[in-house]
Amino acid sequence: MDATISGAQATGLVTAHKPTGRISDPVFVGLLWGCGIFVLILLGLIIAMLFEGGLPALREFGISFLWSTTWNPVTERFGAGVMVFGTLFSAVIAVIVALPLSFGIAFFLTEIAPGPLRRPIGVAIQLLAAVPSIIYGMWGFFIIVPLMAAYVQPPLIDWLSPIPVIGALFQGPPLGAGMLTAGLIMAIMILPFITAMFVEVLESVPPMIKESAYGVGATTYEVYRNVSVPYGRTAMVGAVMLGLGRALGETMAVTFVIGNATRMSASLFAPGATIASTIANEFPEASTGSLKLQALLQLGFILFVISFIVLALSRLLVRTKG
Amino acid sequence: MASLARRRATDYTVKLISTGFAALSLVFLAWILWTLLARGLPALGPHVFTKITAPPGAGGGLLNAIVGSLIQIGVALAIGTPVGLLCGTFLAENGRGTSVGNAVRFVNDVLLSAPSILIGLFVYQLLVVPFGGFSGWAGAMALAIIVIPVVVRTTEDMLNLVPIGLREAAFALGAPQWKVVTFVTWRAARAGIVTGILLAVARAAGETAPLLFTSLGNNGWSISLNAPMASLPIAIYQYAASPFEDWVALAWAGALIITVGVLTLNILSRLVLAKMK
Repeated sequence: MDATISGAQATGLVTAHKPTGRISDPVFVGLLWGCGIFVLILLGLIIAMLFEGGLPALREFGISFLWSTTWNPVTERFGAGVMVFGTLFSAVIAVIVALPLSFGIAFFLTEIAPGPLRRPIGVAIQLLAAVPSIIYGMWGFFIIVPLMAAYVQPPLIDWLSPIPVIGALFQGPPLGAGMLTAGLIMAIMILPFITAMFVEVLESVPPMIKESAYGVGATTYEVYRNVSVPYGRTAMVGAVMLGLGRALGETMAVTFVIGNATRMSASLFAPGATIASTIANEFPEASTGSLKLQALLQLGFILFVISFIVLALSRLLVRTKG
Repeated sequence: MASLARRRATDYTVKLISTGFAALSLVFLAWILWTLLARGLPALGPHVFTKITAPPGAGGGLLNAIVGSLIQIGVALAIGTPVGLLCGTFLAENGRGTSVGNAVRFVNDVLLSAPSILIGLFVYQLLVVPFGGFSGWAGAMALAIIVIPVVVRTTEDMLNLVPIGLREAAFALGAPQWKVVTFVTWRAARAGIVTGILLAVARAAGETAPLLFTSLGNNGWSISLNAPMASLPIAIYQYAASPFEDWVALAWAGALIITVGVLTLNILSRLVLAKMK
């Protein structure tokens, strides 16, 4: 009997409060949906506006804009080839350098570091990701570039440039600024992102399967290599893609240290340009409505498409782990 | 299978190398901070905060750049926080498991890592070209687009930590959804949501690329959002690449200010997050 009364009271409570929600709730829920949809529209708008802004350049130069290596503001002939190459080249260097470091640091943070040290060291490494891009640019420009020019590049050029095939990577004067320097600095910048995701994946490995491996006598490294890493492989590839995506669009740090030359060279030491650095550098000299501005917007669109594909792939790989 | 001694040696070597790698990354952090302190501290003085930018040799400071940055970040937060908060709430409450929700989460993750310079180009096309000039509004808008995905992400994560039972209890009392969200869920996740906003400020404060084509920079004193507006990252960019010693020194001072601010915000928010989990 008691139960029925309190039940009825509860119903009374609901009906008594319903009027307050009848008008405000649809408005509130509509607002939530609106903001959700807004994010979708935002992405669509970004793609549409970059494409539309760059369309005249694409019309002018045709589809060969994508791979043409001419970039001549004087004759107004533009092509994206050199920048697309530079973007991919420098980003791949960054990933190649950052990957073994991230594997090592993730191993250290999950298996080696003593408990109380784990968090502070992990946080300190994450702070590398918080340092603004322009600070890396200044540090790279004033500290790393002179070091590279004086101590790193000359011996490498002396030893390695005479070797056939791989010697091509080490041609040219030791300028300090160039692809390798840009790649190295970006490696430090993307390392925290890759490491953080590695650690997250490795910590989700069920202790049971690791202990089984320890039980048959495997060493810590063998468990890491043969159990933990294979278990999280898919998500770890996704983490690397995220690092790659970050490196592709990096602007300020690269602009300071890549040397900004719109020439294509296979050498690690040659100055070059990425899409982002070219936009940052040449935009101030491009007047509204000029062909150059349209070419830069088209470059931006290409960069967006490349990063979108890489980042989307990264997301899918990380999610499939579930 | 290799002998036990060899396997042990491999294990030991890899552990040593891994520890070395971790140490190396800490060395890089220390090196960057040391460079900033060594070059920024001597250049730091009251003039940095009391004088506006001036021609080389005229003893200028960074006041207009600092104020410009604060204004643009403030406006960006005023635009980006409500949108991000509501969108994050949408993902955690209404969008869960729906295809729209999944699409929004996916797009937000892409925006979170998208090249920031393209956001600058986008706002240039959207606001600078049609309205006939660079402006503080355009800069703030670009920063707002940086802020939104950060806030969305942390808000969703934090709301997901709030127990379902708490919501159910409120619904059982007959509260409408807007009341459940504002008085129960948001309140329970308050610290985490504020942390997300702090992280967004830290992210926006250091962004240079999106401001290049939007607020442009301004060497005079201007706090009008309708005119080009100075900002600390742009001033650093302009000064660091200059051939004048006093300008380069000011760039280091500005770099030190930004980095200390950004790292402090990051450490603070990590402390709050660590407490919550």
